[in-house]
Amino acid sequence: MSDTLLALATIFSQLSLLAFGGGNTILPEMQRQVVDIHHWMSPQEFSAMFALAQAAPGPNMMVVTLVGWHVAGWPGVLVTSLAKFGPSSILTGVILHLWQRFKDKPWRATIQVGMVPMTVGLVGASAALITEASTRTWGLAVIAAVCALIAYKSKVHPLWILAAGALLGLSGIGQV
Amino acid sequence: MTIESIATLENSASKVPSPLPSTRELFVGFLTLGMIGFGGVLPLARRMIVEQRRWLTPAQFTDMLGLCQCLPGGNIINLSVAIGLHFRGVAGALASLLGLIAAPSAVVIALGVIYQRFQDNPSVQHLFAGLAAAASGLLIAMALKMLMPILKKPLPLLIACLFFVSIGLLRLPLLPTMLILAPLSIIAIWKLPS
Repeated sequence: MSDTLLALATIFSQLSLLAFGGGNTILPEMQRQVVDIHHWMSPQEFSAMFALAQAAPGPNMMVVTLVGWHVAGWPGVLVTSLAKFGPSSILTGVILHLWQRFKDKPWRATIQVGMVPMTVGLVGASAALITEASTRTWGLAVIAAVCALIAYKSKVHPLWILAAGALLGLSGIGQV
Repeated sequence: MTIESIATLENSASKVPSPLPSTRELFVGFLTLGMIGFGGVLPLARRMIVEQRRWLTPAQFTDMLGLCQCLPGGNIINLSVAIGLHFRGVAGALASLLGLIAAPSAVVIALGVIYQRFQDNPSVQHLFAGLAAAASGLLIAMALKMLMPILKKPLPLLIACLFFVSIGLLRLPLLPTMLILAPLSIIAIWKLPS
């Protein structure tokens, strides 16, 4: 049990400091760790947890909490939350003090612009992996494609899109 | 009280848009934000912090958000820590962060319990399969929206593809990949303006 908690702490504190460009960039590495390396769940279960976290309010990294809970119950929730939010928060606090000093330095903008393509590539990788795991039948692939199109073309609230996807899924069409 | 100390007091007061929020107010503010922020907290966060509670001026908000976006971690998470720290030090940072994640943690665990309990029911399986497919659709749309601005810039596009292939297709570990590719990406964009 404590080995599991230690592994969770190691994985998520590392991910905490690597999550440049927001939480969605680290989904592939999170999936690699919890599915491929530690075999705590199947890729489908991971995608389902990601979906549940998307349906909940708040910041979009709540999948972390859910993974902790699934793997090790309440102690898991505590350990993963601390590991995920602790290191990046401490870094934020430290950098905040230095921030004003370097406010007008051009290299700051360079770094910011230079990291944009990385974020785009990583979010793309997240989309590919999560889609691969959650569209095993043609019916589900259609749901994903339609939802992607609607979310891309219109300003419909994401929660409605999730609800529509869940309802279409409930019909069971194309899922055999 | 000397004239100088009064002047300093007035000076510091004029920089602050409204009375300093207490630790408790920070907690309650971010707790509310965590409960109502479906799908994206950031626009709501700006409304609460700048317009409703006036903790920060628009310029201060933009500056702090700029910082939070270059740091690892969700930008709204970092923003809660930065604002808490700014007003009430470590206690404020803890109050803001805990406030922000308290309600979403509870909701997500409740959803997890429901999912686990009814996992074997075919209808529930179908429902969650549809939900997962929809969530992946949202992620695809987000990736496309982020891709559009760099689609016609060869160098950024190449770098984005390198990251996509190494992490998404080759499934390389993130830490070494980032240590090599991130500095290369920054140097390339700095030295070779496209």
